[in-house]
Amino acid sequence: MRALAQLAARLYGERLFHLIVVLAAVAVGAYAISVLGLRNLFNPTVWWQSIAVWFAVAVIGHDLILFPLYALGDRLLRRSRDAPTDGNGASQHPSRRIPLTNYLRMPTLAAGLLLLIFLPGIIEQGAPTYQAATGQTQAPYLSRWLLLTAAFYFASALCYAVRTLLGQRRSGDTTATAPPARSQMSPRHSDRSR
Amino acid sequence: MTPSGLPPGETPPEQPLLSTAATTAPPVRRYGFPAVLWRALDNHPPPGLSRIRWRSPLRGPWLTSVFGATLLVVLPIVIVTGLLSYIAYGPRFGQAIPFDVGWLKLPTFDWPTRPSWLYRLNQGLHVGLGLVVIPVVLAKLWSVIPRLFAWPPARSVAQVLERVTLLMLVGGILFEIVTGVLNIQYDYIFGFSFYTAHYFGAWVFIAAFVCHVCLKLPKMVRSLRSRSMRSVLATSRADTVPEPPDADGLVAANPDPPTLSRRGALAVVGGGALLVAALTAGQTLGGFTRPAALLLPRGRSYGKGPNDFQINRTAVAAGIDPAVTGGGWRLQLLGGSVPVLLDRAVLEGMPHRTVELPIACVEGWSTTQTWTGIRLADLAAAAGRSHPGSAIVSSLERFGAFNHAVLQADQILDPDSLLALQVNGVDLSLDHGYPARIIVPALPGVHNTKWVSAIEFRET
Repeated sequence: MRALAQLAARLYGERLFHLIVVLAAVAVGAYAISVLGLRNLFNPTVWWQSIAVWFAVAVIGHDLILFPLYALGDRLLRRSRDAPTDGNGASQHPSRRIPLTNYLRMPTLAAGLLLLIFLPGIIEQGAPTYQAATGQTQAPYLSRWLLLTAAFYFASALCYAVRTLLGQRRSGDTTATAPPARSQMSPRHSDRSR
Repeated sequence: MTPSGLPPGETPPEQPLLSTAATTAPPVRRYGFPAVLWRALDNHPPPGLSRIRWRSPLRGPWLTSVFGATLLVVLPIVIVTGLLSYIAYGPRFGQAIPFDVGWLKLPTFDWPTRPSWLYRLNQGLHVGLGLVVIPVVLAKLWSVIPRLFAWPPARSVAQVLERVTLLMLVGGILFEIVTGVLNIQYDYIFGFSFYTAHYFGAWVFIAAFVCHVCLKLPKMVRSLRSRSMRSVLATSRADTVPEPPDADGLVAANPDPPTLSRRGALAVVGGGALLVAALTAGQTLGGFTRPAALLLPRGRSYGKGPNDFQINRTAVAAGIDPAVTGGGWRLQLLGGSVPVLLDRAVLEGMPHRTVELPIACVEGWSTTQTWTGIRLADLAAAAGRSHPGSAIVSSLERFGAFNHAVLQADQILDPDSLLALQVNGVDLSLDHGYPARIIVPALPGVHNTKWVSAIEFRET
C-alpha cells in the first residue's frame, strides 16, 4: 500500500496532499465560474468589456506589461547615470559622488504608484458617473498629482543635496574615514551581517 | 544587454557564485509521468530564454517570504471584510449583489446595528487595506518573476496543476485590485457589473490563495528563518550580497552589484504602502484628516454649511423632481389595517430624536453627521404594526438599483434608527434626500434610502 502511494506520488510529481489542495482550488474556481455562468464571462457586443478578458489581462498585467515597462525604465535610468562617471570625467571627484540613481528612482516610483492607482481621476475618465455619484468634477486631480510629483522630486533633490554636502564635509574633515565609492550611500556600515 | 556569459541552454541550476552559503547539495530534478514529455520539454527551451539575465541581487526566498508573510496577514482581513459586506447587504432579502452565489458566501446572519461604526470599520479596512497592500503585491510579483521564465515550466502533472492555481492567484488578486480601484473612483470602463465580477473574482482568488498558503507556508517559514530581520536592517548597500542559490531559481545566478540594500528595498515597499495609507485613510476617518485623501473622490470638501458633506448620488442623477418633494409630498406607511398618509407638518409634530451617526459606503468612505428625525419604531407603531419583522423603504427615485431597501427587525427597532428630516440642525438638502431619508446605525450607506416616499412594515 505504501509502495503504491509512493509510486503514485512519483508519477504525479508531488505528495498526495499537493494533489488534494490543488484540485480543491481548481474545483472551487470552476464552481465560482459555473455559478456566475460561463455566458456571463463574455460580453457578446463589446468583447473587451468581458470579465474573462479583464481577468486574462490581469494575469499578465504585471509580469508581461508592467514589469517590462519599469524594468526598461530602470535600465535606461541606470545607463544614463553610469555614462558620465565611466568616461569623460564629468565629475571631478568620482570617488566622492553619491550615486544619483536612487534619488531618481524613489520619486519616480512614488509618482508612478499614485498614477497607477489614481489614474481615472487624473485623466478624468468616467466623468459622467463621477458627477452623478458625487456632484463634483474630477478637475483638481491632475494638478494635485502633478504637485505631489513635484514635491517628491523636490524632496529627493533636497535629500541628495544634504547628503552630498555632508559627504563632502566628512571627506574634507578626515580623509581616513573616506569610504570607497560604492559605500558612500551608507556612512556607517561596520556591522556586516553575513 | 550583455548575456550572462553562460552558454545558452546550459545554465546550471546551482551556481555557487558568491558564496559562503552554497553548501546544500543541488536537489535531484526528477520528472513525473510521462517523463519522456517533460524531458523533451526541458531539452527544448524557446530560443532567447537563456539570454534573460536577472539582474537584481536582492531577489531570493527570504525577500519573497517577507512580502508573502505581509500578504498572509493583510489579505485575510481584506477577504473576510469583503465577504462580511456581502452579508451586511442582506442576502436574506435578496438585496445582496450578486443575487445567486450558491455556496460561495459566509453563513448568513442578521447584520447588527451595534456598534454603529461597524460597517464603517468593515469597509474602511476592506478598501483601505486593499489599497495599502498594492505596493506589497507588486513587490511580491516582482520578487518571483524569474519563476515565470523558468524552463521547463513544469516537470510533472503536479507542477502543471500548480501553475493553473498560480494563474488564478495572480489573475485573481490583480483583477480584484483593478476592479476595486476603478469602482471607488466611479470609473466603470470595464462595462460589466462591478459587484458580480468583484465577488466571483474574489472566490477564484480565495481558492488559489488558500491553496498557495497550504503549499508554500513551510517554505515561507524556513526562508524567513534563513536570516534575521535584524541583520538585514543592519546591513548597508555595500555589504548586501545575494541570498544563497535556491532550488526555485529566485536568486539570480549572475546579478549586478546592489544599487539598494535589502533594508532599502523593504523601506521602498513599506514607504509606498505608507504613502497610499496617508492618501486613503482620510476618506474613512473624516474630520481634519479628510483633505489628506488628495486623490480620492471622498477627500473633497463641499463647503462649510450643515449640508456640505459627501453626496452619494445626486438628486439630478436620481431623477428627483423637486416639485414632488414640496408641499404635495406625503409619507405613506403600509402594513397596518389601513394605509397611513402623513404630510410634513404631521411628521414635524411627532417626537424627534437627534443622533450622531456615521454613514459608510461600500466604497470605504464615511462621514459622521448629526441627524434629527422620527424613530422608525414610532413610525411602525403609527402604521399599526409595532413589532414588524422587516420593512421595505421606497424612494421617490423611480429607477436605479437602490431606490428601495429592506430593513431587518433590529434595524427598524434600534432606538437610533431614524427617518431623518434634518441634518446638523437644518432640513436635509435635496442631494441628501429631502424631504426625508433613512439613517440606521451600521447599515451599508446605499440602504439608507433617500427621498423616502413609503415604508411598508411587514410581519416577517
